[in-house]
Amino acid sequence: MSDIPKADELFKSIDYNPPLTGWMETPVDFSPGHWCYPAKPEKIEYMDKKLPGLWGEPRKWLPSDADWKLPANWKETVVNGFRERLKKFRSLQLFMDICVRCGACADKCHYFIGSGDPKNMPVLRAELMRSVYRGEFTVAGKILSKFTGSRVMEEDVLKEWFIYFYQCTQCRRCSLFCPYGIDTAEMTMMARELMHLVGLNTNWIMEPVSNCNITGNHLGIQPHAFKDIVDFMVDDIEEVTGRRVKAPLNEKGHEILFITPSGDVFADPGIYTFMGYLLLFDYLDLDYTMSTYASEGGNFGSFTNNEVMKKLNAKMYAEAERLGCKWILGGECGHMWRVVHQYMDTMTGDTQWSGMTTPKSPVTGTVFDTAAATKMLHITEFTADLIKHNKLKLDPSRNDHLRVTFHDSCNPARGMGLLEEPRYVLKHVCNNFFEMPPATIREQTFCCAGGSGLNTDEIMEIRLRGGLPRGNALRYVQEQHGVNLMACICAIDRATLIPLADYWAPGVTISGTHELVANALVLEEGEVRTMDMRQEPLPGFEDEDDDWTPPTKEDA
Amino acid sequence: MNALYSLLFVFLLVLIPLFGVDAAHMRTFFGVCIPTTAFIIFIIGFVYKVVTWGRSAVPFRIPTTGGQFKSFDPELFKQNKLDCPQTGAQTFFRMVLEIFAFRSLFRNTQVSLHEGKGHPVVAYKSSKWLWLFAITFHYSFFIIALRHLRLFLEPIPFLPVGALDFVDGILQIGAPVMYLSDVGLVVGVLLLLGRRLVLPRINYISYVSDYFPLLLILSIALSGIYMRYYAKVDVIAIKELTMGLVTFHYVVPESITVSFFIHVFLVSTLMVYFPFSKLMHMPGVFLSPTRNLPNDSRAKHHVNPWNDPNIKAHAYADYEKEFGVPMAEAGLPLDNPENGVPKDEAEA
Repeated sequence: MSDIPKADELFKSIDYNPPLTGWMETPVDFSPGHWCYPAKPEKIEYMDKKLPGLWGEPRKWLPSDADWKLPANWKETVVNGFRERLKKFRSLQLFMDICVRCGACADKCHYFIGSGDPKNMPVLRAELMRSVYRGEFTVAGKILSKFTGSRVMEEDVLKEWFIYFYQCTQCRRCSLFCPYGIDTAEMTMMARELMHLVGLNTNWIMEPVSNCNITGNHLGIQPHAFKDIVDFMVDDIEEVTGRRVKAPLNEKGHEILFITPSGDVFADPGIYTFMGYLLLFDYLDLDYTMSTYASEGGNFGSFTNNEVMKKLNAKMYAEAERLGCKWILGGECGHMWRVVHQYMDTMTGDTQWSGMTTPKSPVTGTVFDTAAATKMLHITEFTADLIKHNKLKLDPSRNDHLRVTFHDSCNPARGMGLLEEPRYVLKHVCNNFFEMPPATIREQTFCCAGGSGLNTDEIMEIRLRGGLPRGNALRYVQEQHGVNLMACICAIDRATLIPLADYWAPGVTISGTHELVANALVLEEGEVRTMDMRQEPLPGFEDEDDDWTPPTKEDA
Repeated sequence: MNALYSLLFVFLLVLIPLFGVDAAHMRTFFGVCIPTTAFIIFIIGFVYKVVTWGRSAVPFRIPTTGGQFKSFDPELFKQNKLDCPQTGAQTFFRMVLEIFAFRSLFRNTQVSLHEGKGHPVVAYKSSKWLWLFAITFHYSFFIIALRHLRLFLEPIPFLPVGALDFVDGILQIGAPVMYLSDVGLVVGVLLLLGRRLVLPRINYISYVSDYFPLLLILSIALSGIYMRYYAKVDVIAIKELTMGLVTFHYVVPESITVSFFIHVFLVSTLMVYFPFSKLMHMPGVFLSPTRNLPNDSRAKHHVNPWNDPNIKAHAYADYEKEFGVPMAEAGLPLDNPENGVPKDEAEA
């Protein structure tokens, strides 16, 4: 990260004036830092065995090389694949035809706002594909190529796709503002499907995909290791609360199957959120189990192609059937919930076993008709219902050292409409809650710039540029209200917002929503907590029975 | 450059009937043949494109949601019925607002960067200019198109044609009555055109095919205005011709002057151009899957016509076979206890 400019310098380098050359003539920068590493050949070989014909030839290649070792018939493959998808997706066909280039989307993309690169304007990002559509499939485009902005498929075009369609996090913010609802996420998904056909992919997507298929989660945690990690967290919960919680794994005969993104199991600060779930469920004595086989809610298949998305999603129902669970409770995750909400039932709903029922809270009796088809409930819906029915004893003052804001994750916000439930939960578990400016939250929320498989360090500068809008809004509430924690409901957020905050709003930490729930949850009468879920002392307990010293102070 | 090309095209289009009618005396050709053919191409092309869209599948419900969805507790969490519709009726109203009020465009914001006190500031402000320009342009165009029905209908129905005529001409300036929509159309086109020429980013993304329809529509508007306010063409004769077109009794009265033929030729060009261009956003907006579907796919089952039933999850049985031994050691339950026995022991 040493060659990344300081925040102020980076900010000054942003220029919204387009270059003098037309966009088709402007060369693409293929130097390292502008792309993620391609997938290791063994990952592709493995997936090709599971879902043949979608991956092209497994090979070693680098985007900075002149030769990308494309298969001989690459053009035919891509053009035919394009034609096929125009029939399979009305969205694609329509979005190719109806854009008027009004430019309403131009300054809505976080990558454009942070880079000024005109190809990051959603309209131009889509034109990368549309120009080929016109050149290859329309009469007007074939005859009047120059005048209609069309071109034929060439190697340079495909290379340009690779850079820019892996510089889109499918956050759909542009779609909200488009007068026709043109959704760049749809086009990015299609472009990526086409690129996969000829072996253009990234390891940060393909490794999780293949891991998910083998081990059940994208980090490749094997079942026994998964159990170890959960046991550690049970120990940690005991350390904080004095309570030894149950953490059932792979157990048959429970009512509820709980599935969360594996980022919550593995990475800091997701683990604190995971501890929050465990504590809450134990407090409620919930009849549930988790699974090591279906140990991933996130679906990296949705960054790859429809087939993998379906294959990975199918695990949830398969495991519900094997374990005999009636419904599924889902943890805090962004794109997992876009898949669950908009795709899951249509893709794999017919594989539900007969014992599945519409989710009904065993604590409050509330029946969640909103999830009647998928049988899958979002944890913030579940918890909000508990709070509403006064089933949780909460002491929000335990979060008084935190001044909290909430980052709407793109997918739940714009692909679902889940806006109020997490806020309701947060406002009941902490006393200091502050909203960021309206143009940066709810349906207008800005992406963490690491979604859709871009959460990797080799493109850190691009991520930090894309993180400018979110980071700047955070900086605003940090200055106005002393905000020192940003809560979210997405595991990718919990990973990517940390470097983003360190860069644009240093001093703000990131957490999941249920970490704060766990902090506030009063397990029994008169319970006194001296530390929060991170085992950091609560105010007033800094010295008592506690040998913990912040590492930075130790150095000083 | 792209704008100049477009301007050149439109000039050429004006010249064709100008010389064609006067010099070549092809009055029937320009008065009857061209508009009829153009109309047929317009209808066929339009229908063909819409049918192409219609034949393309909508596998998933992917509405872009713009507000709170219908929650388990609609009182506690109030649903935004218009931007996050859950029923057909709510979706219908979302579309009505989209189509008649350009609601998404109304939401438009503009981003700007500032040097704050010691640190950068990214600011957003509401920007409704594009919405205003677009709505002026589209409504004017729509009203003018409706007003023209008086040329094709006998008797002229008061609703909507006569009524529009009255409201539109309410600002009586000079004679004949000046129509607000005429002004709206010209001003609207000029503003949209100006935007493309002046704003660097919009200019950057504009092709010939973006300028051409604007200039073509401008030339249609100007030729119409010229006929009505300056040339004072013989409207009775024109109505004879247009009624002839719809009743298939073709007549081209001698009193019709060349300005009318130019106007008709430009309109014909627009009709031919329409189905092959971005102007198809007009029917397209009705079909957009991110807007015209209710956000109900978690509550209701929908079918993807090409869903592949052969794609199945990696089987649990295989998973247990692979990880059974460490699973057994870790105390995780197994479906098949044999999987928990290490291979060499099992063989022994």
